[in-house]
Amino acid sequence: MAEFLGINLFGLFGQLLVGLINGSFYALLALGLAIIFGLLKIINFSQGALYMLGAFAAWMALEYLQLNYWYALFLVPIVVGIFGILLERFLIRPIANEDHLYSLLLTFGIALILQGLFTDWYGSSGLPYAIPEELKGGTRLPFMYLPNYRAWIIVCSLAVCALTWFMIEKTKLGAYLRAGTENPQLMQAFGINVPLIVTLTYGFGVGLAGLAGVLAAPVYSVSPEMGSSILIVVFAIVVIGGMGSIGGAILTGLAMGIVEGLTKYFYPEASNTVIFLVMVLVLLTKPAGLFGKEA
Amino acid sequence: MNAIMKAQSTREKLRIADLHAFYGESHILHGIDLQICQGELVTLLGRNGSGRSTTLRAIMNMVGSRTGSVNINGHETIDMPSHQIAHLGLGYCPEERGIFSSLNVEENLLLPPSVRSDGMSVEEIYEMFPNLAERRKSQGTRLSGGEQQMLAMARILRTGANILLLDEITEGLAPVIVQKLAEVLTKLKERGLTILLVEQNFRFAAPIADRHYVMEHGHIAEEIHAHELKAKTELLNTYLGV
Repeated sequence: MAEFLGINLFGLFGQLLVGLINGSFYALLALGLAIIFGLLKIINFSQGALYMLGAFAAWMALEYLQLNYWYALFLVPIVVGIFGILLERFLIRPIANEDHLYSLLLTFGIALILQGLFTDWYGSSGLPYAIPEELKGGTRLPFMYLPNYRAWIIVCSLAVCALTWFMIEKTKLGAYLRAGTENPQLMQAFGINVPLIVTLTYGFGVGLAGLAGVLAAPVYSVSPEMGSSILIVVFAIVVIGGMGSIGGAILTGLAMGIVEGLTKYFYPEASNTVIFLVMVLVLLTKPAGLFGKEA
Repeated sequence: MNAIMKAQSTREKLRIADLHAFYGESHILHGIDLQICQGELVTLLGRNGSGRSTTLRAIMNMVGSRTGSVNINGHETIDMPSHQIAHLGLGYCPEERGIFSSLNVEENLLLPPSVRSDGMSVEEIYEMFPNLAERRKSQGTRLSGGEQQMLAMARILRTGANILLLDEITEGLAPVIVQKLAEVLTKLKERGLTILLVEQNFRFAAPIADRHYVMEHGHIAEEIHAHELKAKTELLNTYLGV
């Protein structure tokens, strides 16, 4: 039962699950990046650091304020989002009309500063964060053992991604966002306060990174480097999906997690590079990305 | 009652004085003065590059910077951001029409927030532009040029805007659609809307407009009333280079 055509099903499903979990984080982070890029045309290099900030905020809430995981899950995205709003308002907006290279460098600098501060305060070895009581244990499925917390990550991030997609594609607020991506000046002439929408969008995109950080805290150790290592992969995913494509970012994030998981099973040596290989192939055949519109 | 109506009909909706507009280093408008009363349809004529579109954009504060005075409905707007100006009852229809490709026809139609309470209802809009009703679920930019122009007009009529700034709405359209647009503008004029129209197609504008401003090099060079048109045709032709 555990073997099929010489394939160890326990191993395969195990790696698929790991892939799906990584994919959930990729999707959340890529979604935030895609929203921010779509409306602000900013390549937000601090997304990884804000994900790390989310994980640390959850840890700090528990350590210093005795606020458990569930409070953190709700409060940390808001706190990180507000932090993002302040960044946008006071650092990014003043250079919004300059070359995009400046905002890229600025957000990269912010990421380095955050990472440096947390390394200085908490060291680089990583801090443990316990899985909440309610989600301890797991379920035995025919081919594998499914830890409850990992199932929760997948369910929660898929739900948030689906909700965000619905909000952007099907609601009036989403129509503002989509139209603002195309022609912000005309939107403003119609009487819509575009700078406010830009600020809130940045806050929301960054809040998604904070949420991903809280979800990640119990499975990965909370460390200052956790953001920089995932960010490069997430950028590759945004490029594969098509810069600024919301659905593309979500689907590509999940798909690349799974591709990575499968590669880990069949050819582990390539598992760290496979996403970049896909990126090269996509750029060669469809430069706008799988779901992107040709310019 | 009559006196009130008369006072309202001569009420000034838009008064521009010494308006200068800049894009970065380039100085595009060199002191525009014009005024439009309620219910008037006024055109801006002139050659390409004379500053007509920039005048509309400057009224909406969509230029790099501007100085002078733009008084809308009695409110000085020179220091107002663009999104507040719209709420004084302005509807702007840009030259490139500005239909959003990521929105379908109905989403495009419903996008601009209402700026006054008595805008046309969606039903009225669809009655005026039946093509839009048929294609309400189509992607905005899949419409024909004429339909896109109808949509761009319909969009600002729904908001209740009663001062319309229309930029080259007949450009590149078939004669039958131009005719339809002339009917629409006449209807809007009957409803008491105030319209400032940038137009290349003088034959479209002449029969429906009350006054014309002729622009040259970022100035108003001439003001011509509809009844003077015959006498000044030659002068106009020299300005327009036809």
